[in-house]
Amino acid sequence: MSGNEAVARGAYEAGVRFAAAYPGTPSTEILEEFSKYDGVYAEWSPNEKVAVEVAIGAALAGAKAMAVMKHVGVNVAADPIFTVSYTGTNGALVIITADDPSMHSSQNEQDNRHYARFAKIPMLEPSDAQEAKEYIKLAFAISEEFDTPVFLRSTTRVSHSKSIVTLSEPEPYIDKTALIFNAEKYVMVPHCARLRRVEVEKRQYKLKDFAETFPENKMEIQNADVGIITAGMPYNYAKEVFPDYSYLKLGMVYPLPEKLIRDFASRVKKIYVIEELDPFLEDQIKALGIQVIGKEIFPYTNEFDPGVIRKAVLKEGLPAVAYPERLSPRPPNLCPGCPHRALFYALKKQKAFVHGDIGCYTLSYMKPLEGMHSCICMGASIGMTHGMSKAMKEKGKGKVVGVIGDSTFLHSGITSLMNMAYNQSDALVIILDNSTTAMTGMQEHPGTGFTLMGNETKKVNLKELTSALGIENIRIIDPFDQKETQKAIKEELAKSGPSVIISQSPCVLFKRTAKKPKPALKVDAGKCEGCRACLDLNCPAIFWKKGIKKEGSRRAGIAHIDETLCNGCSLCAQICKFKAID
Amino acid sequence: MIYNEVKNILFAGVGGQGILRASDIVCEVVMNAGWDVKKSEVHGMAQRGGCVTSHVRFGKKVYSPLAEPGSVDILVSFEKMESLRYISFLKKETAIIVNNDKILPPEVNLGETAYPLNIIEYLEKNYKKVVSVNATSLAKKAGNVKAANVVLLGALSNLLNVEKSLWGKVISGAFPEKLKNLNLEAFQSGINA
Repeated sequence: MSGNEAVARGAYEAGVRFAAAYPGTPSTEILEEFSKYDGVYAEWSPNEKVAVEVAIGAALAGAKAMAVMKHVGVNVAADPIFTVSYTGTNGALVIITADDPSMHSSQNEQDNRHYARFAKIPMLEPSDAQEAKEYIKLAFAISEEFDTPVFLRSTTRVSHSKSIVTLSEPEPYIDKTALIFNAEKYVMVPHCARLRRVEVEKRQYKLKDFAETFPENKMEIQNADVGIITAGMPYNYAKEVFPDYSYLKLGMVYPLPEKLIRDFASRVKKIYVIEELDPFLEDQIKALGIQVIGKEIFPYTNEFDPGVIRKAVLKEGLPAVAYPERLSPRPPNLCPGCPHRALFYALKKQKAFVHGDIGCYTLSYMKPLEGMHSCICMGASIGMTHGMSKAMKEKGKGKVVGVIGDSTFLHSGITSLMNMAYNQSDALVIILDNSTTAMTGMQEHPGTGFTLMGNETKKVNLKELTSALGIENIRIIDPFDQKETQKAIKEELAKSGPSVIISQSPCVLFKRTAKKPKPALKVDAGKCEGCRACLDLNCPAIFWKKGIKKEGSRRAGIAHIDETLCNGCSLCAQICKFKAID
Repeated sequence: MIYNEVKNILFAGVGGQGILRASDIVCEVVMNAGWDVKKSEVHGMAQRGGCVTSHVRFGKKVYSPLAEPGSVDILVSFEKMESLRYISFLKKETAIIVNNDKILPPEVNLGETAYPLNIIEYLEKNYKKVVSVNATSLAKKAGNVKAANVVLLGALSNLLNVEKSLWGKVISGAFPEKLKNLNLEAFQSGINA
C-alpha cells in the first residue's frame, strides 16, 4: 500500500466518515482512496480554505473530519486553521499536509512543520505506510482527547512509496452529530478569543506532557557513541546506513518531548539531528542547551536518500560514477492533441507578457512555445495581470495577458477577476477550460458538473459567472480553430477595459469529455519544404528527419509524424503554409 | 548484496511504458515469497512523457524505499538510453536488463542532438552482466506492444531466486481475464530471451 492509501485506510479504520480536500501532488490519492470506502462522505472543495472550513463545520457538529492538501494548500487554508486552533474541534479534526521536498511537482519547498509551531497545533509525522495508517488513527484520538486540530505531515516519499501494511478491523461508526450551542467557544470576537487564547496555552502544556510518554516517540539505545534524532522518512535512510547507532525517532514533531530528548542526550556521546529541509527539530533542541550536529553537514535543500546521509556523516559515498557524456533530457511536455498547445501558439504571435498559473499549461513556458513569463501560485495570474497593466498604464495596453485553467480559476481566480472588473484594467484574461483538473489526474471541480462521489450536480457556467463579476467583453473560442483564435486574441487585446476569452476544448486524456481521436495525419514528403514551423509546436508526435536538400527547400530534411502518437488534432495542418500535412 | 541482505532493483524508462505496473508486480511476487519489500517512484509531472524510475528494495527488513547511489543490484531499463541516465546508481557487479528499443527524446526529435551510440557496448564493457532484450518485438509477437514490460519481467525473473510459478500467479491476477494469456506468453518469451 502507498502512504496515501494507508492514510485513507487508517482514517476509515478510525471511524472517520467525513473528508474534504482540493487535489494537489503528492496528497491527491488520499481522498480518492477514502471516497471508495462504504458509507463515507468525501468531497473536492473548490480550494483548500473551503476544504478546511467544511471539515471544521463537520467537526463542530461532532463528526470526525479530515481535510487533505499539499503543503502550499495549507497557505491557502491558513486563515481558518490559525483560529480553529483557538475554538477547538468538538468532534475531531485532522489536517493532512503533504510536503514536497525536492519540488517533484510544486513551486516551492516550504517546510510545513513550522505551521504546527506557528498555529500551536500538534503534528505527527509517519515514516512509512504502516505508520501512516497508525498515525492517522492516533491523530484523531489526540484531537478528541485534547479538543484540538491535529496536523499529520507526510512528504512525497512517504505518500508515494509503497510498503507492506497490516490491516485492522475498522471501528464501528457511531453518529455523534448534534447541534451544540456554545457561542463563547465558537464565536471568535476579541472578547471570546482572548478567553480561548488562554485555553490554547493550557492545552500546549498538556500536549507537551503527553509527548513525553507518547509511545511513538521511541528511543532505541544501541551503540552509545552516536545518537541520531530524526523523524519521518529520514529515519529510514539513517537506519539503512547506520543500523547500529542509537536513535530517538520522534513520531510527534510538535510539541517536542523535552525530558525525553534530554534523557536521550545523556545516554549518547555525540548527536546528529537528521531532518530534510529546515532545522526545525535542531533549532528547538539546541535551544534546550543540547549540543547536536545538524545543518552544518546535512543539506537544507531537496529530499534525502541514504547516500546523502552517508556522504554528510562519513564524507564519502559508495563508489559510483556518472555517465561521462551529456544525455538529452526528457522534460514533461503537453500531450499530442492538447488544446493548450493550440492556444499558446496563437498567443505567442501577440508578443505580450503572459502571467501564467498552476496546471499542465505551465509546461508551455519551455522552448519553443515559451507561452508564459511568470507563475507564482494558484490563482495569482489574474491579480498580477491587473497589477502590471495598471502600473504600466498606456504602455501596457494590449501587452499584458493572464492565463488560468478552469479548476485554478474556480480555486482562487474569481475574486481577482472581480477586482479586474471593479478596478478596470486594460488587460486580457484567458481561461483555459479543459473541463477537468488535468495536472493532478482528472479530478472533478464545480465546473465539471460531477462530484468526487460520481454524482451529477450543478455545473458552473464560466461565461455567466464572468459576466456576473462585471466583465463585459467575453468571448468563447475553440483553440483548434487557429485562425479564429488568433483573431479573437488580437481583437480583445485592442479593447479598452478588461476582457475574458474562454478557450474551450476538453483534455485529450479525460475519457468522459475528450473528443474521439481523428485518424493520424501524414506529412506529404513532396510538399514539405523543411520550414520547421510545425516543429515549433513541440508536439511529441512530430519529429525531424534529416535528408537531402530538395530544390527550393529551406533545409536538408522534412518533418515526420509518428502515427502511433498523433491524435489528428489538425493544429500542425492548419499552420503549415505548404499544405503538406493532411 | 549489502547490509542486511537487502536487494535493490531499479526500473527506468519513459512515462507510459508500464514501469509502475511492472514494479508493482515484482513487489507482490517478492512479498508472496516471504520478503519485506518497499518501493518508491515519483508521480506527478513524470506522467507527461518524462523519465520514470521506480526503486524496489526487498530483504529480511527494509527501511529505505530508495536505493542509494552505487548500490543497485539489478537495473531494468525499459528504454535503451535511459539505462545511461542512472549509471551513478550502479556498481561494477550490477546486472543490467535493457530493452533494445529507442524512444527519441524531444531534442533528438527536433534534430538538435543525436541519440547516443553503442549503448550496449558501453554497458557490457563496464558492468558484470548485460541482458539485451527485444522486448517490444517480443511483446508484439505475444499480441500487444504494451506487454513489453512483462517481457522484461520474464528476463528479470531469471536473475531472482523466486519460483516461476509464483510469478505466473501474480501476473495472472494483475490483468483482466482477456489479457491474461497474452501476458503469460510475454513473460515466457522474456524468460527465453
